[in-house]
Amino acid sequence: MGGLQIPLEHVLVLSALLFCCGLLGLMLRRNIIFMLVSLEVMLNASALAFIAAAAKWGQADGQVIFLLILTIAAAEVSVGLGLVLQIQRRFKTLDMDAATALKER
Amino acid sequence: MNLLWLIPMFPLLSAVLLIVTAGRLPKQLVAILGAGSVGAAAVCVALLANDFFADGQIRELTLWTWIALDNFTPGISFYVDGLTVVMMSVITGVGFLIHLYSLEFMADDESFSRYFAYMNLFVAAMLLLVMADNLLLLYLGWEGVGVCSYLLVGFWYRDPNNGKAARKAFVVTRVGDVAMALGLFLLFTELGTLDIQPLMAAANNQWQVGDTLPILATALLLGGAVGKSAQLPLQTWLPDAMAGPTPVSALIHAATMVTAGVYLIARTHELFLLAPPTMMAVAWVGLLTLLLAAFAALAQNDIKRILAYSTISQIGYMFLAMGVGAFSAGIFHLMTHAFFKALLFLAAGAIIHCLHHEHDILRMGGLRKRLPVVFASFLIGSAALAALPFTSGFYSKDAILLSAWLTADIGPILWLGGLLGALLTAIYSFRLVFIVFFGHANTEPDRQPGLKMSIPLILLCVLAAIGGWINIPLTEVFASPPSDHSLIAHSVEYIGIATPLLGLLIAYLLFLSRAMSIAKLTESTAGQAIQGFLRSGWRFDALYHYTLVWPFVGIARLCKNEPVDQIYNAIVCTLKWFHRRLIIVQNGELRWYATTMVFGIVIFVAMILRHSL
Repeated sequence: MGGLQIPLEHVLVLSALLFCCGLLGLMLRRNIIFMLVSLEVMLNASALAFIAAAAKWGQADGQVIFLLILTIAAAEVSVGLGLVLQIQRRFKTLDMDAATALKER
Repeated sequence: MNLLWLIPMFPLLSAVLLIVTAGRLPKQLVAILGAGSVGAAAVCVALLANDFFADGQIRELTLWTWIALDNFTPGISFYVDGLTVVMMSVITGVGFLIHLYSLEFMADDESFSRYFAYMNLFVAAMLLLVMADNLLLLYLGWEGVGVCSYLLVGFWYRDPNNGKAARKAFVVTRVGDVAMALGLFLLFTELGTLDIQPLMAAANNQWQVGDTLPILATALLLGGAVGKSAQLPLQTWLPDAMAGPTPVSALIHAATMVTAGVYLIARTHELFLLAPPTMMAVAWVGLLTLLLAAFAALAQNDIKRILAYSTISQIGYMFLAMGVGAFSAGIFHLMTHAFFKALLFLAAGAIIHCLHHEHDILRMGGLRKRLPVVFASFLIGSAALAALPFTSGFYSKDAILLSAWLTADIGPILWLGGLLGALLTAIYSFRLVFIVFFGHANTEPDRQPGLKMSIPLILLCVLAAIGGWINIPLTEVFASPPSDHSLIAHSVEYIGIATPLLGLLIAYLLFLSRAMSIAKLTESTAGQAIQGFLRSGWRFDALYHYTLVWPFVGIARLCKNEPVDQIYNAIVCTLKWFHRRLIIVQNGELRWYATTMVFGIVIFVAMILRHSL
C-alpha cells in the first residue's frame, strides 16, 4: 500500500469543514467548555490536513507535526480546564457573556 | 530721661487693647482709652515741644535693632528735630481734638470700639512715620497709615460702595508706594544705608548736583509722595475716600496722612536739592494739581467732595513750595492747612450729623442762625482756606507765592498759577459758605452739636485764626537761608493780598446777592458739559478706567480661561473622541474577541493573497 487511497481534495474539504465547524462553535457557543471543545475540533481539523498531506507525499513530517499538535492540545486543555475551574469559582457560571468584568467608567 | 517712646506708645497700646477686647469693653472705657491715649500723647508732645523750644537740641533715641544683617541694621529708633516736633504737634494736637469730636459723632455707632481702635492705630503709625530716623521705619509707618486709611474709609463696610472706595484708596496709593520702595532699594544699594542723616551726608559726598542717580532716586520717592498726597496723576482716590466717617476725613484725609508726601520731601530735602529736575517736577506737579483740583472743587455739590478737592489743591500748594525750595513755607502751610481743613471737615461733619446725613449743599441753606457755632467755624475755616488777610492760611500761602515768584526763570508763571488757584479757592470756599449758611432753609437740623463737638470746633477756630503767628522752629532743619522777600516789589505782595478778596467778591456777587448770574452759562449745553467734566474731577476716573482698569480686567478675564491650556485641552478632547470610538472593540467579551480576530485574520489573509496573486 502506498500513497493515499482517497483523493487529497476530499480530505482537505473535510478538514476545512471541520475547521469551520470548530470556528463557528468557538464564535457562537457561550459555554466555555463547548468553546474548548470547538478549539479541539479546529486543532484536529488541521491535524487531519497534515496527516493527509503526509500520506499523499509519503513523508513523515506531517505525522511528526500531528504528534506535536496532540501534545499542544493536551497542554492547552490542561491550562484551559484550569481556567474553567477558576471562572466557575469566581463568576459562578460558565457563560462567557455573563463573565465579563471590563466596564467603561 | 528720654521718654520719646511714650508718645507713639500710648495710642499703640490703646489700639492693641481695643483690638484684643473686640468691642467687649463698656463704651465709657472705650471713650477714655480712645481719646485719652491720644490726649496723653498730646501732653507728652507739648512737654517735648516746650523743652525743644527752650534748648533747640535734636533728640535721638534707639529702642532696639529691628533687623540685623551684615551692614544693614535699621533700628526702631527715633530722631526728633524741629520738623518732627511740628509734625508731632499737628498729629497729636489736631488728632486729639478730632478724637474728642468723634466721641459725640460716633456715639450711636455700633462699632464705636472698632472705630477708636483704628483711629489710635493710625495715630501711632503716623507718629512712627514722622519720628523714624531711618527710611525703613518711616516706610513701616507709611504703610501703617495706608492700612488704617483703608480700614477707616471702608469703616461702614455694609455698603459695598464704601468697600470699593477703600479698595481704590489702597490700590492707587500702592502704585506710588511701589515707586517709593524702589527708591529706597536704589538709595540703599547706592549709598549703603537707610538712616536718614547718614544717608543725606553720603548723598552729598558721593553725588553732584544734577547727577542721574539722585534724579532717579528722588523721582521714585516723588512717586510715593504723589500717591500718598493725592497729587497728579494719582489724585483720584481722595474724593472717593470721603466714604469714611467725617472725622476720619478730617484726621487722615486732610490734616495728617495726605501730607505725609510733603513730609517725605521735606525730610529728604537734601536729596531733592541734588536733583533740580525733580524739584522742577515737584513744582509743576503741585501747580497743575492745585489748579485742576480747584476747578474741580468749583463744580461739586457734595460738601465733603468740595473739601476733598480743596485738600488736593492745598497739598498742591505745599508741593509747589517744596518744588521751589521753600521748605519752611511748605511745612508752615501744612500746619495751618491741618488747622483750618480739620476745622472745615469737622464743621461739615457737624452739619451732616445735625441734618440727617445730608451731603448735598443745594439741599442745605439758611443754617447761619440755626447752627451758629458751625457757622462761625465754617466762616473762619473758609477765610483761612481762602487766605483772607490775617488768617493763618494767609501767612503760609503768601510765603509760598512769594517764594514761587523768586524762582529763577519760571517764577512768574508759578506765581500766576498759584494766584489763579488762590482766586478759585476763595470762590469755591465762599460758594460753599453762601449756599449752605445763607438763603432759604431747605432742611431743618434735628439737633445741635453738643459740647464734645463744639469744643474742638472752637479750639480749631482759634488755631485757624491765629495759627499764622506760630513761629515754627525750622531754620535749623532747612539749612538754606530763608529767601529774602524784601527784593520783591510791593505790587506783587499787594496783588497776592487782593486776589482772595477779589475771589470773595466774585463769590458774593454770584452766590449771595445774585447780582451776576451764571445760570445762563450753566444751563447751556456747553456749560452743562463743562460742569459735568469738572464735577467728575476732569474725568480722570474714566480715563484710568479705559486705559488701565478695563484692559487689565480684559486680560484677567482672558487669563481666567487659561488660553495656553486651551491647546492642550483640544488635544485631550480629540484623544477622548477617538477613545470613545475605539472603546467599542475592547468590551471584555471573549466571543467578541474571538470573532473579531477571525474576521481580522480573514481580511488580512485575503489582502495578502490578493497582492501575491
